[in-house]
Amino acid sequence: MTIAPSLSPVPQQGSWQSHPAEIVSILEEIETVSTYRMRFRDPELARSYRFKAGQFNMLYVPGCGEVAISHSGPPDSDTGDFLHTIRVVGRVTEAIRALEVGETLGVRGPFGNPWPLETYRGRGFDVFLVAGGLGLAPLRPVVYQLLKERDHYGRIGLLIGARSPSMLLYSEEIRAWESSGIEIQRTVDRADQDWHGSVGTVPLLIDRLRGVRLDRTAMFVCGPEVMMHYSAQSAIRLGLDPSAIWVSMERNMQCGFGHCGHCQWGSLFLCKDGPVVRWDSAFSKMRVRDL
Amino acid sequence: MTPIHLGNNSDATSTSSKSSSNHTQDRNQWPHGFLPKEQFPAFIDLLNQSFDEVIGPRVDQGAIVYDAIRSASELPHGWTDVQSPGVYRLERKSSIDDSRTDHSCEEEYFGYNVGPHSWKKYLFPPLTTLMKSKKTTDGWQMEMTAEPIKRRVLLGVRACELAAIAIQDKVFLTSGTVDPIYQTRRNHLLIIAVNCTQAASTCFCTSMNSGPECRSGFDLAMTELSDGFLVEVGSDAGQTIFESLKLRTVTTDEIDRGRTRRARAVEQITKRMNTDGIRDRLLSQLENPHWNDIASRCLSCANCTMVCPTCFCSSVDEVHALTDDEIVRQRRWDSCFNVDISHLSGGPVRDTIRSRYRQWLTHKLATWIDQFDTSGCVGCGRCITWCPVGIDLTKEVATLCEESS
Amino acid sequence: MKSKPKIAIIKFASCDGCQLTLLDAEDELLAIADAVDLAHFAEASSRLDAGPYDVAIVEGSITTEEDRLRLLRLRQECRWMVTIGACATSGGIQALRNFADHEEFIRAVYATPETIHSLATSTPIASHVRVDFELRGCPVDKSQLLEVLSSLIAGHRPRTSTESVCQPCKRKGTVCVVVAQGIPCLGPITQSGCGSICPAFDRGCYGCFGPTVQPNMAGHSQGVLLPRMSERDAVNLLRGFNAAAPSFQQESVRLWQITQTRDSTR
Repeated sequence: MTIAPSLSPVPQQGSWQSHPAEIVSILEEIETVSTYRMRFRDPELARSYRFKAGQFNMLYVPGCGEVAISHSGPPDSDTGDFLHTIRVVGRVTEAIRALEVGETLGVRGPFGNPWPLETYRGRGFDVFLVAGGLGLAPLRPVVYQLLKERDHYGRIGLLIGARSPSMLLYSEEIRAWESSGIEIQRTVDRADQDWHGSVGTVPLLIDRLRGVRLDRTAMFVCGPEVMMHYSAQSAIRLGLDPSAIWVSMERNMQCGFGHCGHCQWGSLFLCKDGPVVRWDSAFSKMRVRDL
Repeated sequence: MTPIHLGNNSDATSTSSKSSSNHTQDRNQWPHGFLPKEQFPAFIDLLNQSFDEVIGPRVDQGAIVYDAIRSASELPHGWTDVQSPGVYRLERKSSIDDSRTDHSCEEEYFGYNVGPHSWKKYLFPPLTTLMKSKKTTDGWQMEMTAEPIKRRVLLGVRACELAAIAIQDKVFLTSGTVDPIYQTRRNHLLIIAVNCTQAASTCFCTSMNSGPECRSGFDLAMTELSDGFLVEVGSDAGQTIFESLKLRTVTTDEIDRGRTRRARAVEQITKRMNTDGIRDRLLSQLENPHWNDIASRCLSCANCTMVCPTCFCSSVDEVHALTDDEIVRQRRWDSCFNVDISHLSGGPVRDTIRSRYRQWLTHKLATWIDQFDTSGCVGCGRCITWCPVGIDLTKEVATLCEESS
Repeated sequence: MKSKPKIAIIKFASCDGCQLTLLDAEDELLAIADAVDLAHFAEASSRLDAGPYDVAIVEGSITTEEDRLRLLRLRQECRWMVTIGACATSGGIQALRNFADHEEFIRAVYATPETIHSLATSTPIASHVRVDFELRGCPVDKSQLLEVLSSLIAGHRPRTSTESVCQPCKRKGTVCVVVAQGIPCLGPITQSGCGSICPAFDRGCYGCFGPTVQPNMAGHSQGVLLPRMSERDAVNLLRGFNAAAPSFQQESVRLWQITQTRDSTR
């Protein structure tokens, strides 16, 4: 019979098969945002499941639907647990919010291009992470990995922006990171009376960076699109090459492997060609409205 | 005739991927034969005996659609169609045929042009079940559903449609992830192509280099003459069938008549699209004001994407049964013309008809090339005919790109 | 809503057809009765419990002052309000009065017009109170209604597709009646949900499920209706069960004005 082109021997990159995972614990982070610790019910899968910083899972509440959520926990946990930090923004996240510890949901993944740590590892690069709001969640696995492989990198900076001090994610953990040698800077749009730090948007923190080794620095940016846009502009003004700047894009991911068409952004299927995209590729598309 | 057994291998991959790759180079090494019209009904019967389903053209709802064909009498013998932007009319062939044919007013089985259906519905079904979840005392259990295997014949596949299948093969089989539903259906297919001997006013396959002559991707290809069919083999499976038919060899006259008829299709194609550098030309026009003009006419109804043989967008719905705790995930054809397709928590990314039409056209003709190393358009003209307001993409491309120079 | 939600089905100006859709769901009715506390469902039971309710499923439009006040009270008594059907979501066929002088209608129709006290317009529920979810259709589609109920029972916010009638139509394999038969059809600008029934029987869509999210009304009139029918007929087609849905209404008024301008210049 007419045969389909020879099928590649590479293992299946993605599938519609969801696997039941149990909610092991729930940590309320800030208003409407919680971190869920999950574990696959199938012990074999729990043991073998691996992901890289920047990748996402499709979380599934049967009867309600799926939602793409980035990993926010350590990439190489031996416990088989993985973390997702989720803000309630729509139907599915509302339904996840209604779940309790011990209940199950479906998980497919991991999907997507990770942050390009392998490109910079062991080459003495400085890495700056720039997070806006919940954009810190997909960057947290990077922090874990950088700390674990501290010797392979130079200076590590984390610039965080939030709407207000009470909206700063992972605040306690950040203090611990600070004491293990990560340069942390925070800024808020609106200060309260206890706030003594910077007020303003994240790009301002980039503008103020000093001593950046222009040929030895990578910057990973995650947050609202407009924040990523201005952050990249600031970084370029500072002298960074667009190819050293990476952003994580949000689009309507549904299948996770480039078949359903929802997440297209120009020629990219952001579910598999992203979500992490190099700025020189992202810039031309971000300039086009409604692309 | 006794039913043909093509072996019980569902995985014919190993045998025929080789032969199909040889095919394009050594096309003339495959045998040709002549199937007289009198024997054609028996051939359809044989196919029905040998396969679970023979899908072919038939007249229904005022058009020629693709559906199960049990006998040759169900084929649209003597029917043809007249098409223009937004208009399709079924006609008796005798009423419009012209003097250029070798036998004018000849009633043919395949004397029509591509219609509202495409073969896509048999490979990438419009609605299909993906997964089932069951609530147990120990939480949700989830398993993929599998559909029963059906061995199908696609009868009457045109060159542009072979090209469309080759494009969806890239999307669903070789772009990194294999779609198991598509793969299973694809691997159990016998493709009998038919060379076009006429064209509609909406056809432009010559511009897309996808027709009108069938060159590869089939098991058998036929050219209809007044008294029979020239039959050409395109694969090992096709060869097996060819041998069982015990056809006589073709005469020089028959070869000439076939060539004349195929040439008639080429002559009748009047629509053109300039594809030279089309990717860059279109992508340099993303802010062209003409998109607004198109948006004033486009209804964003998605008909073009539904009839397109290569469009592949889909969404998944949850289907409950109230009576138990079972949930089914069902995949359906979706479209870039739907507001919801680009939904984000902050609202849709493409919130205007302008941006959605632009997405469709630039994807089809430009970014598709980046993604799959081929255009997403095969020039079948369905989106032109079946657009209820008759938007013609070739005209829009010409306007968009002309304003650049 | 993990415990059994207390549900009331409440009617305003309507034909009861949408409620009947629920009674029509014979196979599922027992399961529904089991999963929810049906506190008020006059079509099915003599039990008519007073509020508060978890969910009020509302049928019908607002056509009298009395109903308007009853609706305001109901909104106070329910946590969730789901409106079902063309009457509740756009004013229904009775909104045809919105295009004319209703006093004149009353005088023409009723023997004792002075006993009739109705509002000049028929308006959808959402014009008066906050509505959490609208289910379109004249009548509503049984499977969509069951999806909504299942979601409510599971405690999820319901969702229905916003695509055009054309899409389920093409997925079913129906051949476009506009293109193949020249029949005027509201499908391209009408929201799906009905199962695209009419084109499958060689009829154009009547728009029972109301306009799509972003209907190109003028483009549709220009490209689909007017090449195949007069402006006057197009006005009548748009003034059906969803005549007062804003985009249908605006377009029918626009087309009507075109006919008036032409008549006056003649």
